[in-house]
Amino acid sequence: MFAATELNRKNQRTEKLVRILFVLMAGLLILPVLIILTTLVYKGGGILSIDFLFTHPTNGMTEGGILPALLGTIWLVVVALLISVPLGIAAAIYLSEYAPDNWGTRLINLAIINLAGVPSIVHALFGLGAFVIFFEFGTSILAASLTLAIMTLPVVIVATRESLQAVPHAFREACWNMGATRWQTIRRVVLPNAISGILTGVILEVSRSAGETAPIMFTGAVFFSPFLPQGVMDQTMAMSLHLFVVSTQVPNVPEDLPYGVALVLIGMVLIMNSVSIAFRMHLRGKKKW
Amino acid sequence: MVNDTRPVKLEIRNLNISYGGQAAISGVNLSIREHEIFGIIGPANAGKTSFLKAINRMDMFDRKMRVEGDILFNGQNVREWRNIYALRSRIGVVFPLPVGLPMSVYDNVALSARLRGIKEKAELDLIVERCLTRAALWDEVKDRLDTLGSLLSGGQQQRLTIARALSQEPELLMLDEFSIAVDPVTTMRIEDVLKELKSEMTIILVTNLVQQARRLADRTAFFLDGECVEIAQTEALFTGQASDPRTQDYVEGRFG
Repeated sequence: MFAATELNRKNQRTEKLVRILFVLMAGLLILPVLIILTTLVYKGGGILSIDFLFTHPTNGMTEGGILPALLGTIWLVVVALLISVPLGIAAAIYLSEYAPDNWGTRLINLAIINLAGVPSIVHALFGLGAFVIFFEFGTSILAASLTLAIMTLPVVIVATRESLQAVPHAFREACWNMGATRWQTIRRVVLPNAISGILTGVILEVSRSAGETAPIMFTGAVFFSPFLPQGVMDQTMAMSLHLFVVSTQVPNVPEDLPYGVALVLIGMVLIMNSVSIAFRMHLRGKKKW
Repeated sequence: MVNDTRPVKLEIRNLNISYGGQAAISGVNLSIREHEIFGIIGPANAGKTSFLKAINRMDMFDRKMRVEGDILFNGQNVREWRNIYALRSRIGVVFPLPVGLPMSVYDNVALSARLRGIKEKAELDLIVERCLTRAALWDEVKDRLDTLGSLLSGGQQQRLTIARALSQEPELLMLDEFSIAVDPVTTMRIEDVLKELKSEMTIILVTNLVQQARRLADRTAFFLDGECVEIAQTEALFTGQASDPRTQDYVEGRFG
């Protein structure tokens, strides 16, 4: 009575096949990451040392370390974060919790989508025109970070808005019913439960801004600088631009140097990501519904 | 009748509620007296929940919901209350599905007090214990006040919701089919609590269990398709003295 019919068997075969196909497709994703990482480690691992991280480039950037670029990237990312995170979270809170569903809100949403679609070179030229020239910040960390911040703002806004929306509506209503204002509800109920999702947005932003080259090369990053940045009005070297420079612009660079730079850049991003992910898992473990 | 000596707590005059042109409540008039348990029975879609939402102005959060008519709370029209947060804090609401907020049991019950600006631990402790006790939940959670409210069982979460509503020290408590997610034994315990609370507050009890209305309510209204068909002393409704045949049919379980 329960013997498999021909149709059953056919369905089961298809099921197996489809499953294998999906696993393969998902597995393929790992491949580029593995190849990139192994190549970098294989070719650039040898040059890595404490000295490489903490000394200046010498001899026309064909020798020495990457200290100014490393510090420069940290400056750029941190300043960009300081600008885009408060701005992005505030905008997302408005859009998710306050904004009425009207044409004005739709206009804002449209702007965010379009902002996300603007190519980074266009952001770069905008930053050059707006921050470097019009606001007279000059080529500086401030101008470059502002450009990065504007470019990554959509990521923060969308990720924040989505994690706010993921908090069940019933929680808000329960809170409103007790006479809580919208802000009290947001602060006590919505934000604490959305924080892990918001962190994801920030992680994504960090990874993106650390690696971007175009937006910073006209606005604040320089080919070479013997000095370390002292403040936001200084110019600086940056890892991404430095990688571009030693790979293509400087003659007679030993082969392992660009790979080493790339490895450090990826390593920075991975470390920041892991710290954030660990923090996020810690928070998520505590909050459940 | 004895009821008439008590002051009117809530008066509804010619209330109409619609959602995008679709009427949910039409032409309801009624008044509820202080320290009364006022039952509202009726089949699904009768407009019972919309009725409650209009009272504490939850219509503000639903763009499609339109409310017309007068709702007088303590003689003052709720649509003209300037501080609507103060209004809501004086009205406790319990909806059918329990909402344990994703914070500790303690924080759930202390939330309302904290919103009012109470910070002293001792005072909060007192409020939490009193409200949880009254909601018949204290014994089950007193040793784990720091577990998440949203991880309690359904029945416990509903009692937590009730405890939270009580922590507002409301003048009016509105319960919307609170027993859906609660087992019969707990339901009975909560019903006993409600009978005691009557001395302190006015209670509107929306229920799909007609027998629950019979056990608790002083007067009961029968809602059908957005109309208030009949309001009567609860005993009268259940002893064949309903004036409308539809009410009679409903309480005797012939439809709905």
